[in-house]
Amino acid sequence: MQYGIFSVSDITRDPVSGETPSEAERIDAIVKIATHAEEVGLDVFAIGEHHNPPFFSSSPTTLLAHIAALTERLIVTTSTTLITTNDPVRLAEEYAMLQHLSKGRMDLMLGRGNTGPVYPWFGQDIRQSLPLALENYNLLHRLWHEDVVDWEGKFRTPLQGFTSTPRPLDDVPPFVWHGSIRTPEIAEQAAYYGNGFFANNIFWPKEHYQRLIAFYRERFEHYGHGTAKQAIVGLGGQAYIAKTSQEAKKEFRPYFNEAPVYGNGPTMEEFTEATPLTVGSPQEVIDKTLTFREWAGDYQRQLFLMDHAGLPLKTVLKQLDLLGEEVIPVLRKETEARKDPETPEAPTHASLVAAKYGDAAPRQPRPNANRGDNVTGASPYQDSSEEFQADYPAL
Amino acid sequence: MTSTDQRPFRVVVVNAGVSDPSSTKMLADRLALRVEAAAQRDGHTVETQNLDLRELLPELSGALASGHLGPRFTAAIEALAAADGIIATAPVYKAGPSGLFSSFFQVLDNDLLIAKPVILGATAGTARHALVVDEQMRSMFAYLRTMTAPTSVFASTEDWQDNSLGKRIDRAARELVVLMETGVEARIKDTSWNSYQHEFGSAGGNELGIDLGSDLMRLAAGGTLGGPARS
Repeated sequence: MQYGIFSVSDITRDPVSGETPSEAERIDAIVKIATHAEEVGLDVFAIGEHHNPPFFSSSPTTLLAHIAALTERLIVTTSTTLITTNDPVRLAEEYAMLQHLSKGRMDLMLGRGNTGPVYPWFGQDIRQSLPLALENYNLLHRLWHEDVVDWEGKFRTPLQGFTSTPRPLDDVPPFVWHGSIRTPEIAEQAAYYGNGFFANNIFWPKEHYQRLIAFYRERFEHYGHGTAKQAIVGLGGQAYIAKTSQEAKKEFRPYFNEAPVYGNGPTMEEFTEATPLTVGSPQEVIDKTLTFREWAGDYQRQLFLMDHAGLPLKTVLKQLDLLGEEVIPVLRKETEARKDPETPEAPTHASLVAAKYGDAAPRQPRPNANRGDNVTGASPYQDSSEEFQADYPAL
Repeated sequence: MTSTDQRPFRVVVVNAGVSDPSSTKMLADRLALRVEAAAQRDGHTVETQNLDLRELLPELSGALASGHLGPRFTAAIEALAAADGIIATAPVYKAGPSGLFSSFFQVLDNDLLIAKPVILGATAGTARHALVVDEQMRSMFAYLRTMTAPTSVFASTEDWQDNSLGKRIDRAARELVVLMETGVEARIKDTSWNSYQHEFGSAGGNELGIDLGSDLMRLAAGGTLGGPARS
């Protein structure tokens, strides 16, 4: 079981001090938060992707590569990478590069985003959001699994004899999670490919995505990747922790009341009652988090949202201390004791390499010499399959 | 859809009046009584459930701001989903149905009330608001695809001393009962539920059908748009 944090990358006014951090301050802060996550014993750090203020994370691979360089054990990932407005060719290249630089300590989570105006900024049409997401991932999958790709789809220019570089580390593509809370097609795609499925588990009652997780598990088994219990599920969650319940409520209330998305809506009490948010002592966070497996089944990754709504850096780091010292160790122990023995761990680069090669050495693609004509081609690497013939258009 | 032959009709009375006593509530109650009487004449009984929207006010901010539905909203939605017929009444404020009334129905899933028989009613201080029901409330219920009774009931202050209000109430009640008796909701839903737009988990959490053979599902499973999966 992996535990970690995920950030939306919002730059929000601190409602208590009245201060809004600058972009520079918030970017420096997120690096400290990520490195501190490793220091307190967390496994995963995830960052969102946004292309408008008040968010800073437009270039997640740059940030994650930097964080990977500053850490030793932490898995860096996204929450989410926009599979709608990003060109899958660029995603294949950028995340393969991140995979090399982090030595495989990365994966990524694909999502459709929640900001309508983004689509035209990148030449896309929001009305096509779902087919775009599905088709783009189909291409991304092939770009990482095949040296040379011929491809034609509805939403981007065709590819003939195209090779995405660098090839994935050890020729093992990064593990992919698909994030969704109410779209069966996304769950189906995750199941078809044997990828992970993630429910953000923040804003809405669990019934919204409980059924979708069950559907994903059933389809994962249908496609022959293992039993429903062996499907790879991740959940979000949200907590504000203090030594006592009263302190936590008092400290977090002003941030809750003005938080983006749910601020000025339900009361904190109503919201904690109906959603996975816990505002309370470490024991309360432990108790609530342990209930997640009861409705989602045993799962592989638990991420907490800890740095949003204008919480100052000092507070976030203290939250991480409490999470790492008092919550996660108990959760690890309790989950280990309760989980079905059939439950696999979340795939990592090491486990995927072992699954593909066993004890054999992983493939290390070496390009052929530049012949002057290998802008596109059929066998770019010394060991590429000779069988592939690129399907060039007739002139 | 269960047959209504053996069991009472379930009628939910949605009232957006907030004062006490409320003429909107009075109108809703009279409609409910006349619906019961009309059903009885045909040998049916009616189970009436009152839904006073005023009680949902504490949860309305969350519902409007973030689609977060509290326990009272959830119970209201369950009642509406199970209803055979609905009586919905609003006070007219500033030449329109009250914000509470409109907000409540705006929060519901688009497909929650499809083909449900509905009587619409409104009250106001003056007859100048008489067309609010037909021009504003009826259009919202058209969007919700309800089977709205042809007679809508408007009651201004002076109408309460006029027998013709009682006649209109009886007419609307009769229309609702006939719509319920024909089983129109079930007959429409049974044959064409899939031709309305749904989301997974919509219709108040009841819409859980997944069409594995759709174009998008094929695309999700490695296929292409408009063609079979590539080998």
